Amino acid sequence: MFSLADISKTIDTWLRLHLNDTWTLVVEMVIAGVSVIGLFAVLGLVLVIMERKVSAWIQIRLGPNRVGPKGMFQSLADTVKLLVKEGLTPDGADKFLFNLAPLIAIVVAMLLMAPIAFAKNFQLWDMNIGVLYITAVSSIMVISVLMAGWASNNKYSLLGAMRSGAQIVSYELSAGLSIIAIVILTGSLSFNEIVQSQADGWWIFKGHIPVIIAFVIFIIAATAETNRAPFDLAEAESELTAGFHTEYSGMKFALFFLAEYVNVFIVCAIGATLFLGGWMPFHIGHWDAFNHVMDFIPSSMWFFGKTFFLIFLIMWFRWTFPRLRIDQLLNLEWKYLLPISMFNILLVTAMAILKWHF
Amino acid sequence: MYIINYIKTVFSTVRSMLVGMRRTGYYFTHHKEIITEQYPDNRDTLKMADRFKGEVVMPHDEKNEHRCTGCTACELACPNGTIKVITKFDITPEGKKKKAIDKLVYHLELCTMCNLCIVACPSDAIKMAQTFEHSVFDRNELTKVLNNPGSKIMDGVE
Amino acid sequence: MYRTTEIISDGTKNPPLEGGEAGDFIINVGPQHPATHGVLHLVITLNGETIKKVEPHLGYIHRSIEKMCESLTYRQFIYVTSRMDYLSSHINNHACAMCVEKGMQIEVPARARVIRILMDELTRIASHELWLGAMAMDLGAFTPFFHTFREREMINEIMEDTCGARLTMNYMVPGGVMQDIHPDFQRKVKDFVKQFQRKIGEMDEIVTGNTIFQNRMKGVGIITREDAISFGCTGPVSRGSGVSSDTRKLFPYEGYENIEFDEVIETGCDSFARYMIRIREMQQSIRIIEQLIDNIPEGDFQAKTKAVLKLPKGDFFQRVETARGQFGVYIVSEGGTTPYRIKFRSPGFSNLSILDHIARGSKIGDLVAMMGTLDLVIPDIDR
Repeated sequence: MFSLADISKTIDTWLRLHLNDTWTLVVEMVIAGVSVIGLFAVLGLVLVIMERKVSAWIQIRLGPNRVGPKGMFQSLADTVKLLVKEGLTPDGADKFLFNLAPLIAIVVAMLLMAPIAFAKNFQLWDMNIGVLYITAVSSIMVISVLMAGWASNNKYSLLGAMRSGAQIVSYELSAGLSIIAIVILTGSLSFNEIVQSQADGWWIFKGHIPVIIAFVIFIIAATAETNRAPFDLAEAESELTAGFHTEYSGMKFALFFLAEYVNVFIVCAIGATLFLGGWMPFHIGHWDAFNHVMDFIPSSMWFFGKTFFLIFLIMWFRWTFPRLRIDQLLNLEWKYLLPISMFNILLVTAMAILKWHF
Repeated sequence: MYIINYIKTVFSTVRSMLVGMRRTGYYFTHHKEIITEQYPDNRDTLKMADRFKGEVVMPHDEKNEHRCTGCTACELACPNGTIKVITKFDITPEGKKKKAIDKLVYHLELCTMCNLCIVACPSDAIKMAQTFEHSVFDRNELTKVLNNPGSKIMDGVE
Repeated sequence: MYRTTEIISDGTKNPPLEGGEAGDFIINVGPQHPATHGVLHLVITLNGETIKKVEPHLGYIHRSIEKMCESLTYRQFIYVTSRMDYLSSHINNHACAMCVEKGMQIEVPARARVIRILMDELTRIASHELWLGAMAMDLGAFTPFFHTFREREMINEIMEDTCGARLTMNYMVPGGVMQDIHPDFQRKVKDFVKQFQRKIGEMDEIVTGNTIFQNRMKGVGIITREDAISFGCTGPVSRGSGVSSDTRKLFPYEGYENIEFDEVIETGCDSFARYMIRIREMQQSIRIIEQLIDNIPEGDFQAKTKAVLKLPKGDFFQRVETARGQFGVYIVSEGGTTPYRIKFRSPGFSNLSILDHIARGSKIGDLVAMMGTLDLVIPDIDR
């Protein structure tokens, strides 16, 4: 199997043969930038078409079916439309912050991509504090939302931004606590080691009840942190028209849109890594023949399969449930999720010490 | 007691969520429930209801004859001036003057398809057509003259 | 908060609003807003997320229908009333036709009366179906909207077959109905009843039973019995507060006295009670349809009337129960071919007037739920 480190090393040596040090650096940065933006664009396109198809089938519709085979290029056409649209900045807006907000949203999403292991030996940056890094950086997301809401000089946007602030700050807690459950079991903050620890079985099977509780809480908190229904109070179409991005148009809006979908991908990737074993294939005890067959499926397939399963779950939530009210949203966090996850941490700790897990 | 209620709430909530998700999941997997009609594609097979009120037309037979006597009953019945009957006087073979229509002007853009003109017509000269693709680029095209050029009244219709 | 006196772009300061305190946070919901289902304009004074005052501003879709009717004959004015409460257009037309019949003392044939009731009840179901979907959408669940439209589409097809239109049918005329029912009418209505009873349970799964949904509805927008009476609320809004107000029972018309059905009353007084009223009312409408669909009497569908209708001098009033409440037509006649004055009593106007009373102290999200269960149709309010 090839690894990301090998590929980058090959490119680096090849470039150094032909160019001096400065130019090598420049070319490498351009390559990295292009590939990250390319990955983002592909992710955005795939997730948008997926969301539209999922919602259409749930709502007994056909969904996009005109552009390309079965409408698969619809999101590409939409992107072209958004690119050529005018990006309006309202008169009363704080122009600098208004234009900065979508960039921060997208940069945070890019930063979050760094420690995720996409496949075996395919990780951008294997930090020893990967999990901590993710929880820390994802908190910056709320700043872009607050910035957008404040700078738009629109009361709907401001209300949406304030809601989003209250929401993300609260749900960080239970998301963090459910992640800590896995950290306790693994004893490591590095994504690579967390994946390695699941070689003999995913944590959701090994850790049984407490980990399943942690997983459910993580999925709920992840839905809330990415501002998606039933927790889409920051957008709340029927109450605040479009919430914090009411005044955005064209590519600036598209960046928010893209950031939302990339964030969904990232939280689902984290969920898949922590609870469902990342790129680890599905193994059952000593069924060697079965395990061997499973090993034939490439590790990237395992990773993306699990991630997209979680993404589908979150989309399924969105198209089934009504939105919560702001006080109910905070009630859910502070009265239900937080106490449950704290109690759960206790259980997990006991389990880790007494070796009750498989 | 509080704890028991608390746990009950959590479980009943999760249960109600799962019930809803099962229903949407059913529709997600059962694509034959989709009822979308793909309109421009099914134009050939599309059949409108036979009483559908699309626009007012005046049927002509193969001899280019219609049944309109020019009695202006439709014009009077119309609530918002959609129909305007412009009459003229024909000279019959016997040398008598006879009232007939010169033009029956119909403003499709004003019409509310209320069917009152059709009901009012004593000689069944006009009827509702089942067309519905009325959009045009120029508003003038919506002002129609219902009788064909050179047409005349059918024999025997008074 | 801080933005009410913020310097706006031309350098001037926003003057403090009339009657408002300094520091009020005022937002305009509408006239273009996804939650108002039309051009309703609400000026909301907020304290954080909590509503201090709601002030509806009307007039964005005023078409002076009452004045217009004064220049139309008694046959012609009926079609305009379809444009008021466009979701129960049949029932509006029915009220006008009955008022004219009352004035002219026209005896409507039995067949026409049964057809009219059938159409009214189908319209009521269609209206409630649309309300159910739209209300779920207000609360943030998009899927029920499409599912309820599937059943509503079947009613629309039935209407299209018989009346020739889907929304503004103009089917009721003084003396009966405009055309006889379509040969397929009975079969299609039976199909619809079957489909409806099969699918209405799904709404319990997705909407009614859902805990989020119940939490959003229960205890929200409390209308007490006294308030419902003093604000003149009718229809499901008042019946949700335990007021018996079904015109079909209290002032029976067109043969409703001979039909078995229950007046649906809930005593919850909150949004959820109003929600349940409409769900149960749909089942009562189905019950009425099931009784009548096989018993449509033979005979004329329209009484013989003169070509030109002239109401005798005097004033005439007729009320009916639309999907939203009591709809009244008041005609003052001078003996001519056109009415001297027409007044419509529309249910939406009175139901909207209670919004400020019930919304104070609740959250913005609640306002949407309240407006959803008041079931406002804006052209009905403005006329």
